[in-house]
Amino acid sequence: MRRIKDLVANRLMLGVTIFVSLLVVFIAIGLITKSWPIMSLKPLPELLFSSTWSPMNGSFGFWPFIVGTLTVTAVAMVIAIPLCILTALFLAEYAPNHIRNTMKPIIDLLAGIPSVVYGLVGILAVIPVVREIAAIFGISTTGYNVLTGGIVLAIMVFPIIIAISEEVIKNVPNDMREVSFALGATKWQATKLVFARGALPGIIAAIILGFSRAFGETMAVLMVVGNVAKTPSSIFDPAYPLAALIANNYGEMMSIPLYDSAIMFAALILLVVVVLFNLAASYILIKVENRYAS
Amino acid sequence: MRPNPRRVEENIFKVLMIASTTIVVSSLLIVFAVVIIKGAPALSLEMITSTPKGGYYLGGEGGILNAITGSLCLAFGATILSIILALPVALYLQRDYIGKSKFARAVRFSLDVAFGVPSIVYGVFGFIIMLYLGMKACLLGGIFVLTLLELPIMIRAMDEVIKTVPPALKESSYAIGANRLETTLRVVLKQIFPGIVSAVILAFGRGIGDAASILFTTGYTDRLPQSLFDPVASLPLAVFFQLGTPFPEVQQRAYASALVLLVLVLVLSILSRIVTAKYKRYVVR
Repeated sequence: MRRIKDLVANRLMLGVTIFVSLLVVFIAIGLITKSWPIMSLKPLPELLFSSTWSPMNGSFGFWPFIVGTLTVTAVAMVIAIPLCILTALFLAEYAPNHIRNTMKPIIDLLAGIPSVVYGLVGILAVIPVVREIAAIFGISTTGYNVLTGGIVLAIMVFPIIIAISEEVIKNVPNDMREVSFALGATKWQATKLVFARGALPGIIAAIILGFSRAFGETMAVLMVVGNVAKTPSSIFDPAYPLAALIANNYGEMMSIPLYDSAIMFAALILLVVVVLFNLAASYILIKVENRYAS
Repeated sequence: MRPNPRRVEENIFKVLMIASTTIVVSSLLIVFAVVIIKGAPALSLEMITSTPKGGYYLGGEGGILNAITGSLCLAFGATILSIILALPVALYLQRDYIGKSKFARAVRFSLDVAFGVPSIVYGVFGFIIMLYLGMKACLLGGIFVLTLLELPIMIRAMDEVIKTVPPALKESSYAIGANRLETTLRVVLKQIFPGIVSAVILAFGRGIGDAASILFTTGYTDRLPQSLFDPVASLPLAVFFQLGTPFPEVQQRAYASALVLLVLVLVLSILSRIVTAKYKRYVVR
């Protein structure tokens, strides 16, 4: 009886595990099936690289949206990467224990704040600042633009990049620090060595994961980025990221032929990019882990 | 005496590191400050105890009780479903079952990918499934999509806790003749209970705050939740929709709704910390 229970439980757990693991595969199948009509009608390069977005006339060029997503994400990463690496180095190498122990929950809390709240704060607090910055360059803008989206996204990816980087830095074996101190290095020189020789691949993985999170973020960006379907030419231009395209066009999705399929295709692009980035990051992290294990 | 360039570099970077940490931490403070300053004046008892009356979206009477209850229903439903699915997976990932095999690695990888999938993609996928089943936007659809969203978060968090169970503890259970299932249910589950609770709270917090995934799948209504097959309102969408109206009075209510949401998330996060701290002493080390 006990054996049978164990066996049944084992099978059940295996079943649930397989089902849950295949979740992403199911999503991919669903999206591919739904975007098949547009993919079979238009060549892939035209869909990805044409800048004409005019669903009424049957032109579906995703280029403006892809560039929109990439520029907003790039601005976010330019802001977030230096801040996050310096913070992670400080927390892992310099900060006394009590400071680290108060800072980490605070940074974790950032990860739990809902994205609409970030969007709201973007509208209320970031947009006025961005307008001021634009005024310095003699540009007048509504504030709903790439820079605002990038700043909001940067704050949203702080906790991801910092948490992973800090862990990677802390996991660098102590002998590297001790050897540099023994050779008369200063604390910062030792930290630099730990960073460059030990932690760099892991930090790159952290950045990739942060990028991937920013890439698919929807509500916060949608609320502040302007949503104009044109390729942005400066950071003070509005943009229209893929995720915002999906969220905004849900209502009218059904009425125009192929529109629905085009929106599914946008979701598919997001999924493919996220899966590829995660593959890259976990490949790097596994390599790092193996290096210290051996 | 000339300044030592090594010392100068050391000091410059120390200042930069402290400045960065300050910026990161103050960004959190700014988020809280903005939401509290803007939201608190608009928050009233009526806001959280009544549903929208006629003309609410033009600045009329009413509140967001529909959104508060709707969000709680959505998050509770999704969290319960997630627990049912997440526990077996997390327990199965133990060394005693699939341990460090290629299969375990594949499962963990696929969970990492699922964790990274943007919530809008979950929303679109849920919408496809509902279309296929002929369902309209409703509470059940929202619960379904949020379950998908919460699952990887919950399993990852549980997996991390389960990994901390000392092997010696399991071995002593095996030594007195218990089998894997008995050990898992009676020893491991007890040992990790606080960790499980905080994983559940974490997932609940993520579920209640997400907007993009339920945008297509739950709809929105001014009424309180009626049944699983009716549309429900939700707090994140209440913030989003009220902010989208051109009326300042209604936008004020968006700020207040955001404050309610933020307080909820904050309370959940503190709760999870308390649970972890309180039950830590009952855990065998």
